[in-house]
Amino acid sequence: MSQEYWRWKEYNWRDEKIDWKAANTITAGVDVGSVSSQAVVMTDGKLFAYSNMRTGSDSPDSARKAMDWALEGTGMKLEHIKYVVGTGYGRVNVPFAQKAITEIACHARGGNMMYGPTVRTILDMGGQDCKAIHCDERGKVTNFLMNDKCAAGTGRGMEVFADLLAVPVEEVGELSFEVDEEPEPVSSTCVVFAKSEATALLRQGWPKSKVLAAYCSAMAHRVYTLLERIGVEKDFAITGGIAKNVGVVRRLEKEVGMKPLTSKYDTQIAGAIGAALFAKALLEKSRK
Amino acid sequence: MLANYGYKDGSGDYFITIDTGKCDGCGDCISACPNGVLEIVENEFDPLEGGQIAAVSEEHRKKIKYSCAPCKPTSGREKLPCISACEPNAITHSW
Repeated sequence: MSQEYWRWKEYNWRDEKIDWKAANTITAGVDVGSVSSQAVVMTDGKLFAYSNMRTGSDSPDSARKAMDWALEGTGMKLEHIKYVVGTGYGRVNVPFAQKAITEIACHARGGNMMYGPTVRTILDMGGQDCKAIHCDERGKVTNFLMNDKCAAGTGRGMEVFADLLAVPVEEVGELSFEVDEEPEPVSSTCVVFAKSEATALLRQGWPKSKVLAAYCSAMAHRVYTLLERIGVEKDFAITGGIAKNVGVVRRLEKEVGMKPLTSKYDTQIAGAIGAALFAKALLEKSRK
Repeated sequence: MLANYGYKDGSGDYFITIDTGKCDGCGDCISACPNGVLEIVENEFDPLEGGQIAAVSEEHRKKIKYSCAPCKPTSGREKLPCISACEPNAITHSW
């Protein structure tokens, strides 16, 4: 089998400086998405450890695997975590979670911590859907819109293109700028039709970079029309896997006319961070 | 909060918006809708506050253009049944 170009790097991380044994509240959030799963562990509201991996075909198993991997080498066990919140498509299938919360609320809450309280518009470009969320300074949702009816503007769509063009998905963004001039976006927003269109362009002799540029700008435009419906209020931020693809992000920022905020946190863990923050709030509420 | 349920496709925008600040979860819209499009659910968007709100059911979210079609005014009807039933005026349709 040749290289799997769609495959992105899975990883885990921990903050070595935190002594979790001294923490008062240990909570966790598990985001079981359609394409990727994340587990975030927080000690007193601070990010302690996380993992990010592909979701398998078995949701309960993915949740457990993500959690085990986040805890790997930390000495912490699942029973040390006082409250776990599940979120994402597979949220009802997190066997060790005390509560399931919609990913819309979690992204708003997580985005509030990751990008600061000034963020008002969060665009989550997930594996299989795309959500535009407005939130207030406390990270409460004020307006939202979701597109989960088609794969246009999603991570999975990008994976399909990476595979078609034999370009590792993490290099798509950079490569899409290696063009003399920006081509017209592919006219189909549907991933299946866009793929046929791209194949035709390749056969006409277009270089890969130009095809990718045409696809990235089509995706940016498609997502922009979704954002337009609820409007873009300042500050603007993007979460999810596509937030790491500069080819889409920079073209989108041109359409929106606003630079998205950047964060020191991984954009893919926004939902799980929000879930862990809700877990903390719910735990504190129950202790009162 | 404004919760938008529905989608946008090649033929247009099909969204039902429920203003959760206005919706009191009374359920009048549920009995008014002949197609069972709406339901009363726990307010998941504000997990710390909770409460009950109306929402478009999962089953209809991706096909409301068709689910709502029988009610769309083609004759002398003034308002959609769900909208007239809603006293706090929490429901709007985009099309």
